[in-house]
Amino acid sequence: MTWFEIILAALKDNEVRLFAYVPDNILTPLVEGAAADTYFVSVGAAREDEAVGTVAGAYMAGLRGAALMQTSGFALIGNALGSLVVPYQIPAILIISERGTMGEFNIGQTLVARTMRPTLEALGVMYHTLADLATLRFILDRSIKQAFTTRAPVALILSPLLTGGNPASSGQLI
Amino acid sequence: MSTERSLAKTLNRMALTRRLVQRLTHEEAVVAGLGNTNFDLIAAGHRPQNFYMLGSMGLACPIALGVALAQPNRGVIALEGDGSILMGLGCLTTIANVKPRNLTVIIWDNGIYQITGKQPTATAGVTDIVAVARGTGIAHSEWVRDETHFDALIDRRFEDGGPLLLAAKIDDQPGQGQPLRDPVLIRAGFMKGLGTSRNGALDA
Repeated sequence: MTWFEIILAALKDNEVRLFAYVPDNILTPLVEGAAADTYFVSVGAAREDEAVGTVAGAYMAGLRGAALMQTSGFALIGNALGSLVVPYQIPAILIISERGTMGEFNIGQTLVARTMRPTLEALGVMYHTLADLATLRFILDRSIKQAFTTRAPVALILSPLLTGGNPASSGQLI
Repeated sequence: MSTERSLAKTLNRMALTRRLVQRLTHEEAVVAGLGNTNFDLIAAGHRPQNFYMLGSMGLACPIALGVALAQPNRGVIALEGDGSILMGLGCLTTIANVKPRNLTVIIWDNGIYQITGKQPTATAGVTDIVAVARGTGIAHSEWVRDETHFDALIDRRFEDGGPLLLAAKIDDQPGQGQPLRDPVLIRAGFMKGLGTSRNGALDA
């Protein structure tokens, strides 16, 4: 199975049906896979904090969900985490495609990416960097289960080692 | 200023919130934005289906959208101030495209950031929030003309088959209730009200 097939399977295994996302190049096969599967309820959000809010509301009403974004989108959700998801103890599953590293060409991405893990640590949000196909299913399955049983959000960071990263990163050096 | 907006009577948020709550007879979920919006909601009498935000300004509508998607047979109402909705207008485009027929958005518009010192918002100037909402594709977006019109719109909110957005011009009277401060209790109580708690011994 590919990395995105494994993610979709792990979400299904744990009855995570809502897929709230802001589009991203790396996430495209994941988003398209969910959109093509009637099991998932896909919502394209205009901003990442909106996706987190929708996942929070859906969880409280009985529908488990994941919010998908890239690293720069994560930089927009600090308030949604710090004043909604974390204090209300809402198990939002955050799936973040990692930019800013391993061939990043956009200096803005490199800087904003450096704020992600310190932000997660400051808020006490558990995170895992997913870099290896062999351990992917295990980490996803156990992390999602832990999120729901302990009512805590989790951030699952998709490393370029797993996804291949942004295709533009492998272009000719100019 | 549009004719509809100029014809809207200036109303009172507390009075309208009471009218709203009196009309919620089917355990509708209400997601209230932070500050005066939720102070007045709690002053109208706590209901188990109320969710009170303590922060995350601008996310009442996205939260309510999530509730509406999870429980399509339950009416869901988002209450937001003008300052709050201006912080995340993009969510209206999402709601317009998802088209949850069980979602009603109510904007209390007094043209000020009331709780931070009454600084003017964009709606005090040229911005018409109903025109914005219609532009996003929420076709059923209305200025509330007066109390009777508000009642009528709330009572027939499902009849047009899509999400409904109401904007009411309100005065600058402060919220009347005492805010709740415990987010875990708010969340657990709301889940119990929606029938989604785990029914564990320690669940609220």
